[in-house]
Amino acid sequence: MSTGTPIAEATGLAAPAGTPALIQEPGTLAAFWRRLRARPSAVAGLIIVGLLILMAVFAPWIAPYDPTATDWGNVRGAPSLAHPFGGDEVGRDVLSRIIFGARASLGAGLVSVALAVSLGLPLGLLAGYAGGWIDGAISRLTDALLAIPFLILAIALAAFLGPSLVNAMIAIGLSATSTFIRLTRAQVRAVAAEEFVEAARAMGNPPWRIARVHILPNIVPAILVQATLTIAAAIIAEASLSFLGLGQQPPEPSWGAMLNTAKNFMDEAPWMAIWPGLSIFLAVLAFNLFGDGLRDALDPRQRT
Amino acid sequence: MTAPMTKPLLDVRDLAVAFDTDGGAVHAVNGVSYTLHEGETLGIVGESGSGKSVHVLAMLGLIPRPPGRITGGQVLFEGRDLLALKERELRKVRGGAIGFVFQDPMSSLNPGMTVAAQIIEPLRIHLGLDARAARVRAKELLDLVRIPNAGARLDQYPHEFSGGQRQRVMIAIGLSCRPKLLIADEATTALDVTVQAEIVGLVQELKRELGMAIIWITHDLGVVAGISDTVQVMYAGRILERGPVDDIFSDPRNAYTLGLLRSLPDLSGGRAGRRRLHQIEGAPPDMRHLPPGDPFAPRNAYATPRCRTEMPPLAQAPGAAPGHLVAAWYDLPQLLSREAAR
Amino acid sequence: MLRFLARRLALAIPTLILASMIIFALQQLLPGDVATALTGEERDPQVIAFIREKYHLDEPLPVRYAYWAGGVLRGDLGESIRLQKPVSELIVEKLPVTLELACLAMLVALAIGVPMGVLSAVKRGQAADTIANGIALWGLSVPNFWLGILLILLFSVELGWLPASGYVSPFESMSDNLAAMVMPAFVLGNAIAAVMMRHTRAAMLGVLGSDYVRTARAKGVSPLRVTLRHALPNAAIPIITLGALEFGQLLSGAVLTEQVFSVPGFGKLMVDAVFNRDFATVQGVVICTAATYIALNLAADLLSAAVNPKLRRA
Repeated sequence: MSTGTPIAEATGLAAPAGTPALIQEPGTLAAFWRRLRARPSAVAGLIIVGLLILMAVFAPWIAPYDPTATDWGNVRGAPSLAHPFGGDEVGRDVLSRIIFGARASLGAGLVSVALAVSLGLPLGLLAGYAGGWIDGAISRLTDALLAIPFLILAIALAAFLGPSLVNAMIAIGLSATSTFIRLTRAQVRAVAAEEFVEAARAMGNPPWRIARVHILPNIVPAILVQATLTIAAAIIAEASLSFLGLGQQPPEPSWGAMLNTAKNFMDEAPWMAIWPGLSIFLAVLAFNLFGDGLRDALDPRQRT
Repeated sequence: MTAPMTKPLLDVRDLAVAFDTDGGAVHAVNGVSYTLHEGETLGIVGESGSGKSVHVLAMLGLIPRPPGRITGGQVLFEGRDLLALKERELRKVRGGAIGFVFQDPMSSLNPGMTVAAQIIEPLRIHLGLDARAARVRAKELLDLVRIPNAGARLDQYPHEFSGGQRQRVMIAIGLSCRPKLLIADEATTALDVTVQAEIVGLVQELKRELGMAIIWITHDLGVVAGISDTVQVMYAGRILERGPVDDIFSDPRNAYTLGLLRSLPDLSGGRAGRRRLHQIEGAPPDMRHLPPGDPFAPRNAYATPRCRTEMPPLAQAPGAAPGHLVAAWYDLPQLLSREAAR
Repeated sequence: MLRFLARRLALAIPTLILASMIIFALQQLLPGDVATALTGEERDPQVIAFIREKYHLDEPLPVRYAYWAGGVLRGDLGESIRLQKPVSELIVEKLPVTLELACLAMLVALAIGVPMGVLSAVKRGQAADTIANGIALWGLSVPNFWLGILLILLFSVELGWLPASGYVSPFESMSDNLAAMVMPAFVLGNAIAAVMMRHTRAAMLGVLGSDYVRTARAKGVSPLRVTLRHALPNAAIPIITLGALEFGQLLSGAVLTEQVFSVPGFGKLMVDAVFNRDFATVQGVVICTAATYIALNLAADLLSAAVNPKLRRA
């Protein structure tokens, strides 16, 4: 079991500016948990994330109806006991579609960020650790990718790849990769300059070993925080792409696509717009809350 | 020169300050009491974390709150309790009757404002001068702190001044409203040795001209020797020893003071032979969990069992000059002579 | 200052070239034959042959890029297959609308974000700080197309105060133009306001903890003057720089906002092009966005250099 000291070193736990230097906090894993638990908003975020994941996984057991089954008696049906969230334009149960829609949203959030990390982390490590022309090439590429706004790049990629949920995930993941390359590179360069890495190098450890043993554990906290916050952005991006018709294809449910249809029935069936939007908001809020809490708990220096 | 025995200008009574952290309260200042008379220069010496800076910042409401907290005490300045004043009233004291000079002249001046704008500010706030009069006075102040060609330099930015000159500008700001008390917090620490000497010399001259009282806070006993009437040694938020400067240097009664003195390079060469520079063993205490007794006891070779359980009071040192106070259960001169005999 | 400018330009140009390569390479993602894909639903072999000829599709990739980039440099972004118009003409036509929307949105973001950030930094840890942070979190988490729908529901459907969609040129009627723009600008500015609030707060906290702010307080300067005269100008540099970077976010957001409110701008052009598989237009819009973004970055660097007295005098 790690003692958590790498976290302390990576984040450089130190007194906040303006207070005397004698205030310091040892950064153990236990202390990290205590700091995380001390933040009600972070705990709330974590709980909502957990509940949403459970809802997505157990959707077939929770949802009262088949999310794609149409019911002509429930076309734009107002919320009722049988259909608490009402019915959509072809009479499908909105509640069931919301429950199943969590799969598209959370799935897209997790898969695309996993893709972004698994591409960005090695490239960032390589750039930061190798330096020289490799660093130059990767960094210029990152700059170029970052010059295209995240969502615009994702839309363009999805447009060229063709509309589907998987392609939307790939588009979002690729668009988010540059952030992780840049972050990893910056972290690696900061950690590589530390004395314990110098010492490891002086003792003749091979570069890959230094990267794995000394550098990687120290940059994990920053990557973790960024990943959590990027999941929030990716959920919005998936909803946006689906809203534009570039994500999940009908009749499969997705919160963004539900909003797109709802837009056309705003006067007659406002509930069609309320629930999917609220679901996106809640999921994004939960990841943002948790990510902010994680960042504060890992690095009291940046506490806000 | 000894302090005149008049009504004190500043009377600090049992001041205590704490900072709240995730790991519990840090007790930075723990019952500090002393007086300062008009025209007196008090040198306060201690390591970082001794509470020497925090306690003066706290008395003027300059510590961040939260996490900082004043947990007790009174600070009478000209008979008024500063801790009981409203922020608005306290503001009239800050920069008016009490001037400040801070440690790092690189970071303590606003990089985005001209020097003139920064000197003029307190003049307009406290003296109510109009823009033109304030500018004239600002030039006089730069002359006063011996900055050549003052008129031309008023409209320059801090980065166009050298480190020593910036500290002169800081002193000009601190003295701008003719304060009764000037507090210099590590005012020479960030400067080169030669510049340090210039700044100390400047402050001594200005004191002769203007006659204000000075609190000179430093970790460097050597600087204190040249400038102070009275020296006060602080450790872990407490005063361990205090007295007339010559007496403290010739007849230290607290082992911590002795340690500080022994760590000074002996430039006079008066003592027999060249003794090795002494370093105090051990580390400063954890300010969240202070030991019950004398905080220096764990690092003190002369400590008695009582030192570890009970904090000694700050009292007149027996056989020393009047006003030489010490907090110690042991009799340092006696222990030292026994050591020498052995 | 000139050398600084030259150095920044030297970095920006390769970035732009690389970005254009990436955008060009998007074509390669198209499934199947590029010429067939580019023509969309058109199956006329003559058209396909024309496309093949026009885009030099029989040449190797680098040569094709050179032709394309050469065209871009001359302002030729290709031809919109759907609208039978040069892409550059379409962009010039739509750009002012989005520019107006983006500027109004930035105004909203600054007007909300900066004061809120200053307030929450000054009142750190107090109720005002908590509330401001809560509002920022809301702004960051609410999808702006949903917020748009909710606003339309409230102000257009229920109250009937504002038009739900459409656009009126300000040269036709200033008041109608603003009535049509107020909701989109607010929706678009909302998320940026949250980001600006966080940037402002962080920058202000850094400055408020600085030694020179302590000096100002030690001089007896009032809290209001400390905040506005000593702290805010020094916090402005990071706020300006980061604000310019948020412009990219603004362009992203505009795509959806324009879609929701049917504002005929840049973003709507892109979405319509995506639907119509009008890939030349998509590429054109993306490269214009990247160029705008890089130019703004450059402008932000220059602006912050201009504000910094150290660089100003040098």
